[in-house]
Amino acid sequence: MDFQSLVYQGLIGLSLSMYLWLVAAGLTIAFGILRVLNFAHGSLYMLGAYFAFTLYYSLKLNFWLSMVLAAGLVGIVGLILERFLFRRIYPLEEAYQLILTFGIVLILSDTVKMIWGGVFMIPPMPNIFVGTVNILGRPFPVYNLFVICAGLAVTGLIWLLLERGWWGKTVRATASDREMASALGINTPVLFTTVFILAAVVAGLGGALSIPVRVVAPGVGTAIIVQAFVVTVIGGLGNLKGAFLGALIVGLANAYGILLFPTIELFLIYLLMALVLLVRPKGLLGG
Amino acid sequence: MEKTIGEIRMENRNRVVARWLLGLLLLVLFILPWTLGTYVTWTASNILILALYAAGFNILFGYSGLLSFGQAGFYAIGAYVCAKILLGTSFLLLGFLGGVLAAGLAALIIGFLCTRHTQIYFAMLTLSFGMMIHSIIWKWRDVTGGDDGLVNVPRAPLAIPGLFSIDVSSVESYYYVVLVIVALGIFLLWRMVNSPLGLALQGIRDSEQRVAFSGLSIQKFRLIAFAISGMYAGMAGSLMVPLLKSADPGMAHWTASAEPLMATLLGGIYNFAGPMVGAFILYVAKELIARYTEYWSMVLGFTVVVLVLGFRGGVVSVLQGLLFRRTGTVSKRGVDA
Repeated sequence: MDFQSLVYQGLIGLSLSMYLWLVAAGLTIAFGILRVLNFAHGSLYMLGAYFAFTLYYSLKLNFWLSMVLAAGLVGIVGLILERFLFRRIYPLEEAYQLILTFGIVLILSDTVKMIWGGVFMIPPMPNIFVGTVNILGRPFPVYNLFVICAGLAVTGLIWLLLERGWWGKTVRATASDREMASALGINTPVLFTTVFILAAVVAGLGGALSIPVRVVAPGVGTAIIVQAFVVTVIGGLGNLKGAFLGALIVGLANAYGILLFPTIELFLIYLLMALVLLVRPKGLLGG
Repeated sequence: MEKTIGEIRMENRNRVVARWLLGLLLLVLFILPWTLGTYVTWTASNILILALYAAGFNILFGYSGLLSFGQAGFYAIGAYVCAKILLGTSFLLLGFLGGVLAAGLAALIIGFLCTRHTQIYFAMLTLSFGMMIHSIIWKWRDVTGGDDGLVNVPRAPLAIPGLFSIDVSSVESYYYVVLVIVALGIFLLWRMVNSPLGLALQGIRDSEQRVAFSGLSIQKFRLIAFAISGMYAGMAGSLMVPLLKSADPGMAHWTASAEPLMATLLGGIYNFAGPMVGAFILYVAKELIARYTEYWSMVLGFTVVVLVLGFRGGVVSVLQGLLFRRTGTVSKRGVDA
C-alpha cells in the first residue's frame, strides 16, 4: 500500500471517527453527570438523521438550517425524555436504568418505522458538497472533509462550554460532588436537564450530518450505539478525552481494516477492544 | 431464629401447593400434543425453549446481579454449531452437545474478560462481545451462510448408533424432545441455585465484600455463573434450530438479547419460577398482539417502561401473594391456616 492511499484511507477513517465521536461524546457527558448509561443515545442519532432527511430532502430547506433545526428537534426530544422518564430512574439500580433506556430504544425505532416507513434511504449528496478536492494527487470527497471540520468545530464548542464559563463550572462541580453542588445552590434537576439536552443535540447533529454519506434506516441507532460502546470501552468509560481517542482509534481501524483485511473488518474493532481490556481493564485513559 | 409452629405449618402448606401446581403443569405439558393440535404444540415448544433460555439468563441477572446484553451471542453459537452438525451428520444429540459445549467455551473466554467488571461496564462489555459474535456470523459466509443464514437443517432422529433410533421429524414428536431436555435443564438449575454455588452467587450479589472476606473468589464464581448461563443460552439455541429448521444472524444481534431479559422482568427476577412464567406471558402476548399490529416492539417498549417504573417485582411476586401465604407476616396473628 502506497503512502497516497494510506493518507486517503486515513481521512476516510477520520470522517467516520467524527460520527462515532459525536455519539460517544453525548453518551459520556450524560454518563458523567447523570450517572445513567443511555442505550437510547444511538436512537437520538437516528432521529437526527430522520429529522434532517425530512427538513432537507422533503421540505427543501437550506442545508445549514436543516442541520441546526434537526439537532434542535432532537434536543427537544431529549428534554421530553429527561423530564418524563430519566428523572424518575436516577434513584434506581443501574440494571433497571439500562433496561428502561432499552425500552426507549424499542419505542423510538418503531415510532420511526410508523412515520417514515422501514425502508433504507440513501439520499443524494447536497449540491453544495458535490465534488472532490485533490489531496496528494488523489480526489477526496468534499463532504468527508467538511464532516471532519464540523466534528472538530463541535469538539471545540463542547470544550468551551465545559471548560470556560459558568455553566461548565457548575457541570463539573456537580459531576464531582452532586450533594455538595446542590447544597451550594446549584439547581441540579435543571442542570441535569440541560446536560441531557446538550448530549441529545450533539448526537442528533451527528445523525443529521450522516445522511448524505451513510444510510438512513431504523437500524442505524442500534448499530451506532454498539460502536459508541466500543469507543468508550477502549477510551475509558466516563472520560471525554478517552472517548475522543477511542473514536479516532475505532474510525481509523475500521478504515484501514477495510483496506487490509476486508473480510474481518467488523471483527477487528472488537478484537482491539478485547486487547485493550486485557492490558488495561478500565480503558486507555480510564482511572 | 426459631420458627413458630404457625410458620412451619405455613411452609408445609406452601410446599404442598407448589407440588400440586408443578404436577398439574407437567400433566398439561405431557398431554398437550394429543389434545390441542399442532399450532399449540409449536407455540408450547417455543415457550419451553424461551423458558430455559430465560431461566439460565437469570442465574446471571437475578442470582448474581449481573445484567448481560450478550446472551444472544451464545444462543446463536449454540444454534449455528447445532445446525452445522445436523447438516453434516444426522445425530440430534450430537448437535445439542456440540452447541452447548461451543457456547460454554465461548462464554468462558468472553466471561474471563467481562466478569472483571460489574454493573454498567459489564452490560456494555457483554453487549459488545455479543456483537463480535454477530459480526463473525455475518461475515464468515463460507461457514455461516452470511446474511442468508443456514437453511434446510433436518430434524434428525434421536439416536445413539447401535442402541436405538427414534424418528422425531414431526412437530409433536420433537416437542417431547424439547420437553424432556427443558425439564431436565430446569431441574439441574433448581439443584444448582439451592446448592452452595447458588448461595455463594446470591451472597456475592448482596454483599461482595463479605463473601470475599469469607475466603471465596468472587471472580471465579462470577465466571462460573457466566459460563452456566452461556451454556443454557447455547442449549436454547440448539433446541431452536431443529424446530425452525434454520439459523439466521438476527439470532445474535444485541437487541435479541432482550428476549430472556424481558421474560425475566415480566415474571420477576428474584424468584426461580419468574423467568419461566415470564417466558409464557411474553410469548403469548407477542402472538396475540402481533395479530393486531406490526408495531409489536413499541408495545414491548412501553411495557418495559411501565414494568421498570411501577412493577419491578414482576408477575410472579403478585401471584405469590395470592397463592401462598407469607411465612414472615403471620406470626403476629398466630395460627390461622
